[in-house]
Amino acid sequence: MARIDLQDLAHSYHPNPASDADYALKPMTRTWDDGGAYALLGPSGCGKTTLLNIISGLIIPSRGKILFDGADISTLPTEKRNIAQVFQFPVIYDTMSVYDNLAFPLRNRRVPEKEVDARVREIAGMLDLGRDLSRPATGLTADAKQKISLGRGLVRSDVSAILFDEPLTVIDPHLKWELRSKIKELHRRLPLTLIYVTHDQTEALTIADQVVVMYDGGVMQSGSPEDLFERPDHTFVGKFIGSPGMNILPCRLDGTTATVGDQAIAVPNVGRPTGNGPLELGIRPEYVTLAPVGIGLPVQIKRIDDLGRSRIARVELSGQALIATVPEGASITGTEASVLLDPRALHLYEGGFRRAPTQEVRPQEVHHG
Amino acid sequence: MLTRRFVMGFYLVFLMLPIYWLINMSLKTNAEIISGYTLWPHTLTFANYIKIFTDSSWYSGYLNSLQYVAINTVLSISLALPAAYAFSRYRFLGDKHLFFWLLSNRMAPPAVFALPFFNLYSAIGLFDTPLAVALAHCLFNIPLAVWILEGFMSGVPKEIDETAYIDGYSFPRFFTKIFMPMIASGIGVSAFFCFMFSWVELLLARTLTSVDTKPIAATMTRTISAAGMDWGLLAAAGVLTMVPGAIVIWFVRNYIAKGFALGRV
Amino acid sequence: MDKTENNKAWWLVLPVFLVVAFSAILPLMTVVNYSMQDTFGNNQFFWNGVGWFIELLDPSTDLGGRFFDALWRNLMFSGIILAIEVPLGIAVALAMPRQGWTVAACLIVMALPLLVPWNVVGTIWQVFARSDIGLFGAVVNGLGIPFNYSQNALSAWVTIVLMDVWHWTSLVALLSYAGLKSIPDAYYQAARIDGASGWAVFRKIQLPKMRRVLLIAVLLRFMDSFMIYTEPFVVTGGGPGNSTTFLSIDLVKLALGQFDLGKAAAVSIVYNLIILAVCWVFYTVITQMDAKGRRS
Repeated sequence: MARIDLQDLAHSYHPNPASDADYALKPMTRTWDDGGAYALLGPSGCGKTTLLNIISGLIIPSRGKILFDGADISTLPTEKRNIAQVFQFPVIYDTMSVYDNLAFPLRNRRVPEKEVDARVREIAGMLDLGRDLSRPATGLTADAKQKISLGRGLVRSDVSAILFDEPLTVIDPHLKWELRSKIKELHRRLPLTLIYVTHDQTEALTIADQVVVMYDGGVMQSGSPEDLFERPDHTFVGKFIGSPGMNILPCRLDGTTATVGDQAIAVPNVGRPTGNGPLELGIRPEYVTLAPVGIGLPVQIKRIDDLGRSRIARVELSGQALIATVPEGASITGTEASVLLDPRALHLYEGGFRRAPTQEVRPQEVHHG
Repeated sequence: MLTRRFVMGFYLVFLMLPIYWLINMSLKTNAEIISGYTLWPHTLTFANYIKIFTDSSWYSGYLNSLQYVAINTVLSISLALPAAYAFSRYRFLGDKHLFFWLLSNRMAPPAVFALPFFNLYSAIGLFDTPLAVALAHCLFNIPLAVWILEGFMSGVPKEIDETAYIDGYSFPRFFTKIFMPMIASGIGVSAFFCFMFSWVELLLARTLTSVDTKPIAATMTRTISAAGMDWGLLAAAGVLTMVPGAIVIWFVRNYIAKGFALGRV
Repeated sequence: MDKTENNKAWWLVLPVFLVVAFSAILPLMTVVNYSMQDTFGNNQFFWNGVGWFIELLDPSTDLGGRFFDALWRNLMFSGIILAIEVPLGIAVALAMPRQGWTVAACLIVMALPLLVPWNVVGTIWQVFARSDIGLFGAVVNGLGIPFNYSQNALSAWVTIVLMDVWHWTSLVALLSYAGLKSIPDAYYQAARIDGASGWAVFRKIQLPKMRRVLLIAVLLRFMDSFMIYTEPFVVTGGGPGNSTTFLSIDLVKLALGQFDLGKAAAVSIVYNLIILAVCWVFYTVITQMDAKGRRS
């Protein structure tokens, strides 16, 4: 129930940051809408946990402001922020029952016991903890404990944002999916702003409407899962999102023709470079199709990987490694083949950053799965 | 925050004051000590320390103490290592009772053992040797070492052992080359506690020695003479008994919390 | 951890078993032997059966009287020092700095009393509490409160209790500190988010997590105070009168002072049995707690 504004927010663990490199979190300004579901995604050390700790109040930012519904809360202590948080490892109060665990935040705020009871039972019902209420919390499984931690955040009616810090780390793989859909379902039912930190792209892409990809203390791109997949703003996003990640090929550009090695590729729909930094061509493996010799650009096949539902080919184009999709039913013999590139899925990167065309086009339907 | 600093500050002052007073006294002349209390030595003297370092009946006390403490520490750890390994890895006949029996010896009052030890070690001709005191201290130090080491060893996954055996290591080679380095901090912590409890114990050490291996703690009773108490000398000897402990603490300061974390002291 | 059944493991335990048995069982056998005999001196002993034990357990006899007096004194002493050292130790652990060089400094100063030989602990306080040359005694007397531990029983008790607090509170504090250090930061963060007060954090997070180490601290402190000998012996020698004669002091007087071997041996056995019983209770509680902790 809150809009979150980050205004020129930055943080450094050094007392006197001199250069950009000293910042664990580089200056950023953005707005997260009330009721949205946001994921902070990135490898460890990218600053996502620092950002989360700033929102939760554990860290006071060294620069800039953070606003909840327009009110500056940058220096408010955690307990005054109306946030809830679920941690990497389940936090439960060992000596208390499940019921008392859930009631704890309300009782601390002197909510009348009748209201506490109603609220606890409602939330326990939502989380399927109804039958465990009287049990001691200490003997439960990790996923039940994680639900209790989540429940302690949800019982409070004043919570404006709920933060998740890689909450599925200790959950068994087959229960991860279940807990993930539970979180998604709760977000639909309750009017909460949800911020979810993870390094797992599947988690981020399934839970969030907006994914914020971070790297080295900065936001590389913020957008819907589709944006991140189809139009990565940076080669890092291209490589980090998707499995396998985007193909990145160093190139030269002449008008609407790019040259990779000794092969010319038509790029009808890319932006203009400004002359800063080396040029690269990016295309997702899903839009690179392996074909018999002579049809497309000539390549040498290095290896075929069977992923179960599909196959990918690791090939070489003018000495550059490239990953291509093997069409269903195609049989491959020998090492010589060619690839077809979907021209609408080609992106031009300059110094790592995407040069967008004046008009975006959508690539063809992906022809598998 | 302020309360915390106050509590800590108060406690540290409480700990340091008596020690300061001892150091203060050791640097005074007896005349100054007896003439009433002074907060710092007005007539600074090192005579008390010089006496201890030059009189062999004094400094040999320190050497005797260090001797049996060292023998005890080595003995305790080397015997406890295989036993702790057995307790951490295997179930065997009577293991739980044996473990409890060992631990109960850590709790046994030395006063009960003083006289029987005197008889026993006299009978086998070990009386007044460092070995007698070292063996007597094994009574509580071996159980302690087994307890601490077992805790550290249980933290090492069993797969390590199995992998080593598959790779063709014999037990002794695996134990000394692979396993012991892995629990090095545990060995350090238990050696620290063995050293500590052997160093501070007096009742048994005094009962089992007479002339040749008299521990420093017992030598200190000599400061009462016909001329009255030699307070300065007593204080200096006391200060010097704290030095080995302080040195040992300095070396293990980073492990102390870890050893205590196991709750096995 | 799953342990394998292997009786050959006995070979690994055997050296420890032999050395400890040599130090524990042989002397105990001597003690049991003595406890059944009486002597007229000159190393001539005769069979006395359980006579000493009957006398010992009857408070109206000489032997029984002094044993029970010493036992109550000792229990009172243990009770007092536990009541002071446990809360104080927890408070000190909570007051430990969070980080920086001060942590190491505090740890070193705190560990120092633990490594002072026990007779030197006695010497330190013997000096420190004297009213003529000691700071503490002089200050207390200066405040107009008569204080003399060699003549006044209350002064003697105050000195000995203070000495024990000085000597051993750090052990409780270090154990508690280790227990506190094992609590992940997330617990404190969660508690803040849940709006828990400082007291609630202590009651619901810190204390439960310290339960095991505290139990061990109580066990160790109870045991060690129950067999305390050297420190009070140096300070008061058990006096004035018998006011600070604890069990071990009384036992040594009986055995090495009066060479009343039969009586001393009987006291030793009862003394040892009490300790064994208390030890068993704690051991059972702790192992059960560990087993429960492993299940959850």
